[in-house]
Amino acid sequence: MIKLLKMMRDNQDRILTDWLDGLKASARRRDLIGDVEVKEHARKILTLISNPPPNTVLEDFSSEGWQTVRDQLMEISISRVAHGSSPSETAQFLLSLKPVMFQLIREQLTTAPDELFREIDVTNNFVDAMALHIAESYIQSRDKVIARQQEEMLELSTPVVMLWDGIVAIPVIGTLDSSRAQMVMESLLHAIVQTNSRFAIIDITGVPTVDTLVAQHLLKTITAARLMGAECILSGIRPQIAQTIVHLGITLSEVVTRSKLSDAFRLALERSGRTVVQKAGHAPVVAPVAGVS
Amino acid sequence: MERIPILRIGSLLLVTIQVDLYDDLALQLQDDLSTRIADLGATGVLIDISALEIVDSFIGRTLANIAAIARVLDAETVVVGMQPAVAITLVELGMSLPGIRTALNVDLGMEYLRQAATGGDGVGTDHYAE
Repeated sequence: MIKLLKMMRDNQDRILTDWLDGLKASARRRDLIGDVEVKEHARKILTLISNPPPNTVLEDFSSEGWQTVRDQLMEISISRVAHGSSPSETAQFLLSLKPVMFQLIREQLTTAPDELFREIDVTNNFVDAMALHIAESYIQSRDKVIARQQEEMLELSTPVVMLWDGIVAIPVIGTLDSSRAQMVMESLLHAIVQTNSRFAIIDITGVPTVDTLVAQHLLKTITAARLMGAECILSGIRPQIAQTIVHLGITLSEVVTRSKLSDAFRLALERSGRTVVQKAGHAPVVAPVAGVS
Repeated sequence: MERIPILRIGSLLLVTIQVDLYDDLALQLQDDLSTRIADLGATGVLIDISALEIVDSFIGRTLANIAAIARVLDAETVVVGMQPAVAITLVELGMSLPGIRTALNVDLGMEYLRQAATGGDGVGTDHYAE
């Protein structure tokens, strides 16, 4: 194997050139990753493989000595994910190294077919191992991106707004799964403490469906708010959702519900001893105000 | 033995829990409170648990018991200042404490109890019921 590695070291420039030519020939999407970056990645990988730490053999990719190569592959996969390459394109990047290496080995070992076959086999396995590793790293990097985006979405989607002194509202948008329901509950309860609000309006206009689980989450939030001394009003229940709730046999009898956020707000104002009156001299609004349905 | 002080304000009793409420202490409090309510003829009990950070099903049940005992002795109980984490824990434990009245802080709880005591049915604040 030392021979093979020496061969790689001696012919590093040639391998690099051939490899890049091979990559260009394959249908690579050049708009995603620039040639310069691909070349840099290829050069780094080649250099690392050609100069492994002592006692490191090509037969065992999982050994300690190849850690630098694995780290480099991880780095490449992260950049690939960021550029939007597909997993197969990413693996193809390494697999293109195979024909180049085979060609080189064949030229160097024309007289020893046994050795030739063995070296090709070793190279084949090694490149495969690298390709598998980069594919796995690719998935890992992408999972990380997805997890981060989910977290960001959670934070974005649960704002608590203060409508009036002592009245807060939380417009829930999107499907309420367990983690989001938890988030909604926590942010609402903290807002109640922070703003010292006696009324909390949960608006579910943006919740596409309400099933038994979602209803249970909402009931939990409402009960928790009640335990803290705040009253919850549930608003934004669309007619279809009202029908679904009744069909599912969910009892919301202990919950104050209103169909619109404005109705819930009015109720909260009334219960906190306030009324909204039309000022004398102002003509009553005939046309509906924009934005209020 | 450690005891939780019970303060008297007019016809109301004020309890602020500022230590970890372990089981014996909770039972002691229940005992003391029932005695004080009966002795003083108190009309309302205010329990401030804003400093309580840990709660279990036993404490939840004791709170419910205190409220029930007080009602038998013709006094209203209001639990005030429950922390979000405590509220979530109780809900997750399945204890919605339906018999307990709650308020955000001592001020609001006091206001409610005063209104309830002056014959008015606590109009304006009586929306915690149902």
